[in-house]
Amino acid sequence: MAGYSAWNEESARSIIASLAHLEGATLPMLHALQDEFGYVSPQAVPLIAEALNLSRAEVHGAITFYHDFRTAPPPGRVIKLCRAEACQSLGCEAVVAELEREHGITVDGAPVGDAMVETVYCLGNCALGPSALVDGELIGRVDAARIAGLCQHGKAHS
Amino acid sequence: MSAAAPVRIYVPIDAAALSVGAEAVARAVASEAAERGLAIEIVRNGTRGMLWLEPLVEVETAEGRIAYGPVAAEDVASLFAADFMAGGAHALRLGKTEELGWMKRQQRLTFERVGVIDPLSIADYRAHGGFRGLEKALRLSGAEIVAAIKASGLRGRGGAGFPTGIKWQTVHDARAEQKYIVCNADEGDSGTFADRMLFEGDPYLTIEGMAIAALAVGATRGYIYLRSEYPHAHRTLQRAILKAEAAGLIGASILDSGQAFHLEVRLGAGAYICGEETSLLESLEGKRAIVRAKPPLPALQGLFGKPTVVNNVLSFAAVPWILDHGAQAYADYGMGRSRGTLPVQLGGNVRRGGLIELAFGISLREIIEDMGGGTRSGRPIRAVQVGGPLGAYLTAEQLDVQMDYEALAAMRAMLGHGGIVVFDDSVDMARQARFAFAFCAKESCGKCTPCRIGATRGVEVMDRIIAGEERPKNIAVLRDLSKLMTDASLCAMGGLTPMPVLSALNHFPEDFDRPPLPLAAE
Repeated sequence: MAGYSAWNEESARSIIASLAHLEGATLPMLHALQDEFGYVSPQAVPLIAEALNLSRAEVHGAITFYHDFRTAPPPGRVIKLCRAEACQSLGCEAVVAELEREHGITVDGAPVGDAMVETVYCLGNCALGPSALVDGELIGRVDAARIAGLCQHGKAHS
Repeated sequence: MSAAAPVRIYVPIDAAALSVGAEAVARAVASEAAERGLAIEIVRNGTRGMLWLEPLVEVETAEGRIAYGPVAAEDVASLFAADFMAGGAHALRLGKTEELGWMKRQQRLTFERVGVIDPLSIADYRAHGGFRGLEKALRLSGAEIVAAIKASGLRGRGGAGFPTGIKWQTVHDARAEQKYIVCNADEGDSGTFADRMLFEGDPYLTIEGMAIAALAVGATRGYIYLRSEYPHAHRTLQRAILKAEAAGLIGASILDSGQAFHLEVRLGAGAYICGEETSLLESLEGKRAIVRAKPPLPALQGLFGKPTVVNNVLSFAAVPWILDHGAQAYADYGMGRSRGTLPVQLGGNVRRGGLIELAFGISLREIIEDMGGGTRSGRPIRAVQVGGPLGAYLTAEQLDVQMDYEALAAMRAMLGHGGIVVFDDSVDMARQARFAFAFCAKESCGKCTPCRIGATRGVEVMDRIIAGEERPKNIAVLRDLSKLMTDASLCAMGGLTPMPVLSALNHFPEDFDRPPLPLAAE
């Protein structure tokens, strides 16, 4: 998803301050920062720690525990391809192999142009797989050509 | 424009329907109607659960709702040309929705409104029996509500099958200034989507169930912990909570009773382990989601150390019906110690996949062959995984087992959250066993050694077996490792990972003796 703001300490502080009243505010803060900037900058760690009276290690630990949080800016488009059992039964691993072989796209590998494909385990679309989540939209019955096309789109609009 | 009331047309907004083009269909219906000068009202409902027919468009006629599907945007003009607004004949016409075989066969209690109503309309919810359970609960004492849930026989629908009423009793009896209600909506098992469907199609039901739980145990705050992979459900839930607060259903005073219940949705962050209740609580507290040792039970020392009811979405969602219709009416469904209905999710390589709510006791074969119609690929069924990534793989010969907690446990399988994933004969069960370990290695919280190290060792052993290295010895190691993980892991993640592995080994031994393959490059 393109359209993230560049890292800005002042707006990070205001996001953090707006959520500091919540019980267990760490995850809501991390999500809000990632929604704004596309990733959680290491520079945000001391800001969160200070706001919540935590150690920086505790904040860093939370960020690194969860698969969702990035610590560097993402490419313009991230495609999440489901590779859990229901999608396996419908050939998602063949999609992964074809992406590599025919399109030079490595799942969980380096970005291709301004897009990348990541593994996710289950998008809750298990009767219409293989499934992918792209820019917040769910896509059912995907194949390698469709995924490769979505990667091109990312490139064209970056 | 005629003065007649606009014709109501239903186009689902459920994420599964959207994933195969429902949004384009809704736009096409709107523009085609505008072009023809026809008065219509498009309702974006949840899905009926017949997912192979999505996008499923319904038209409200004098005889009832008529279904058409699967509709592509390109079909819309021809539907109008065939006068589908009056239920006209068309190649995609399926008939009256309620009378379709898939729907007629079900016993929908929890999912009675999903696909029927406008998900965010409180008026619709109420008109279809919503909030009657909550109103009844307000006339009862907490102890009486707990007694009703106990009498209904409701067991936790997340997978463990613990009696819900006993859990509530413990929290009810605990003395504390603050108690919490936590809804586990971290529906991470592959093959399950009932929680998502329910949130997107009838969000007030779980909210109502949680409010009843709050009244029962004396809690004033609640959280729904929703996985981040469900952005559509997240949006619907957030809007539903705001509307429910504005309407006085929850918030400072539940239906003017003077009892507060403040509810929030919290998003997970892509960690499967958060479906484990103590890990979920850690995550809600803002920490790394490391599993806690039990005891203390969350019912006594749960969220922020306070007494907490942690239940699955489907457990809370069963509660309003029980209060409204009576505990005995619910207990009348089911068999043995599994009472009530089970929302089964049929997915994977299956022709007709979707949601099937039925009383406990139907056989897997009836579900997969009669309702599901066999595999989508048309090849023979070879394996069926029941209960998510930690559930057993069964063979095509074992499908006569009944869907029941005890019946599945007796064959070393489990019901879990009710997900069924079908595989055809192209599946390699040794690779599925390897995946079970690889998934555990990736998702383990890392607290206990059997799970953290055992999963990685398991991947290595499977790689050697697949590569044909000293197979008998490595299979002995595999069994030994599985026993250790089963017996010594702290929670179900490490403790149940051997279930898919051993079921694959025991039921499909030929796949562990195939011609050797080179070591996986992964």
